[in-house]
Amino acid sequence: MSKAILYDATLCIGCKQCESACAQQNELPYDDKIAAESVQSDHKFTVVLTNDDKFMRRLCQHCDHPACASVCPVGALHKTAAGPVVYDVYKCIGCRYCMMACAFSVPKYEWGSLNPRVRKCIMCPDRVEQGLATACATICPTGATKFGDHDALIEEAKDRLKQNPDNYVHHIYGLEEVGGTSVLMLSAVPFEQYGLPKLQRVGDVPLPEYTGRVMELMPDFIPLWGLVLGGVYWVTNRRKEVEEVEAEERALRGGK
Amino acid sequence: MTIMNVKVTFWRALFVVIMVVGIYSTFVRYFQGLGAVSNMNDQFPWGLWIGFDCLCGIMLAAGGFCITGAVYIFHVDRLHCIVRPTILTAFLGYCLFIVGLLFDLGRPWYIWHQLIYMNPHSVMFEVGMCVMTYTTVLFLEFIPNVLERFGLKAPIRWVKKIYPVLVVLGILLSTLHQSSLGSLFLIFPEKMHPFWYTPAQPFFFFLSAIACGLAMTIFESTLSARAFGRGLERSVITELAGALWVVLGVIALLRLQDYLHRRVNIFQPSYEAYFLWAELLLAFVIPISMLSFKKVRTHPELTYIAALSTILGFVTNRLNVAMTSMETWVGHHYLPKWTEVSITLMICAMGFFLFSLAVNYLPIFEDEHHDLPVAELAETPEQLQQPTLVH
Repeated sequence: MSKAILYDATLCIGCKQCESACAQQNELPYDDKIAAESVQSDHKFTVVLTNDDKFMRRLCQHCDHPACASVCPVGALHKTAAGPVVYDVYKCIGCRYCMMACAFSVPKYEWGSLNPRVRKCIMCPDRVEQGLATACATICPTGATKFGDHDALIEEAKDRLKQNPDNYVHHIYGLEEVGGTSVLMLSAVPFEQYGLPKLQRVGDVPLPEYTGRVMELMPDFIPLWGLVLGGVYWVTNRRKEVEEVEAEERALRGGK
Repeated sequence: MTIMNVKVTFWRALFVVIMVVGIYSTFVRYFQGLGAVSNMNDQFPWGLWIGFDCLCGIMLAAGGFCITGAVYIFHVDRLHCIVRPTILTAFLGYCLFIVGLLFDLGRPWYIWHQLIYMNPHSVMFEVGMCVMTYTTVLFLEFIPNVLERFGLKAPIRWVKKIYPVLVVLGILLSTLHQSSLGSLFLIFPEKMHPFWYTPAQPFFFFLSAIACGLAMTIFESTLSARAFGRGLERSVITELAGALWVVLGVIALLRLQDYLHRRVNIFQPSYEAYFLWAELLLAFVIPISMLSFKKVRTHPELTYIAALSTILGFVTNRLNVAMTSMETWVGHHYLPKWTEVSITLMICAMGFFLFSLAVNYLPIFEDEHHDLPVAELAETPEQLQQPTLVH
């Protein structure tokens, strides 16, 4: 059963305990200065954004069809059956294509390191494996971040929209975006105000399909094009040979 | 002026300056990291090195497969005399691309991971494998020059035996990775400006590689004729100029059709539009109108200018695809840092240096030896007439 996170911004009080729990879980530094930073970075995998009295969490969306995993030439990123999109640092060659491909600009890089890693939220895969909730969901005092079964959380999100339609923008972010994500979000403020791209912009098509359409032509294209080139070579070469023999024959017949 | 028996010329002095600055930047790159040496950041994870060294480098080295294909597959024997310098350019181009990659990759020492942790869904994996194989093919196409220099006849015969296979393989691999460089940009439709996001990008990358392959061949033939005091094959340049005109015309029509089909207005002025206009002017308007005149096509200097304009145009195109098209999404501009530029300049300078080194020490321009695979595979029309000497 695939797991997911449901974040309800209307329940969030901006206490940032998810940030500190995340830092602890991933062995990252965390202090007042880092708490004040409002961008995801190589040392901050999740961030609570503030807009007046409203809040929004940003973290990896854990796409159902992750573009980052699809583009990685060495398969250093992959989505586990349980839902998290995880990163195997020992495979990574540092091409940073994942950072380019991510529609949510989630993967960040250790630009100052001599052996840099891609850093992002990996949805606490060890905890999830043991049947535990993610660190952020466990610590959340108001239940704004909830961990559970993907399908059940989709139903719950729909329910909440139905129960209190006036409290929310009528949209479950992550339900359709890029073909669905394992992080679902509800908010009273339009999501694009927090830098989350609109559905119209990213579409509901899994991003890997755009390159997949080209890549799937390869198995047919390679033998066909090879055959055409070989064929042309054979024809032009044969024409040469014939020309040569004919020239020889003409010579033997005394140029006639 | 001479220093230690080496005559100091402007170009040599410039070369030394570029190398010294480049080596300094190389130290910064490997001792302080990518953040210190470049203006790349989390918003612009790809910069000048991907945009120029990789995308443009591969495009400019495309002459190798264009010319070998024309000569060995289509038997356009008139182009035979430029096969060797073109293969040299391509081989150096791909080697320098790999050097560029060693700067750009965050963990270049794991570059070989491609071979063991394969992800067949990744376009970049495909590009990597193709480039790796094609560089080997180019090496084999190039090696007869070295073997001949040392009078090793037996290995030349071996290479000769597989030469048609090498050429077909070279075209096949080039088609794949030249177009796939364009496919790299298909996966983020939301980030790119509609001027440069098109589902047809792989086709345009492949076609522009052909155009630039031809333009680079003209550029390189003219320059080496000037630098090494060789006679210029005027008829060859005219022939290439004609081919370039046709290819550019085809690409221009397809680009126009693409914009019409996607209903993109390219005439509305905007920040991106200026870059697009520069690209279209250099890549299409100038060279196509110049090469329309027979006087230009038969005039090596004018053809050279048209070729140079083509090259600059398509370089602009690829930099636009890789950088300009993303700026609105990101919300700020990317300008490469001077250390970043200096490494790119160093790589280019190495290319020119290695080319002249090869020309000086290898039989690149001495094509008349008939015991060579290159010479034997495509016999000249004169040779074909030889049987007439019998009577």
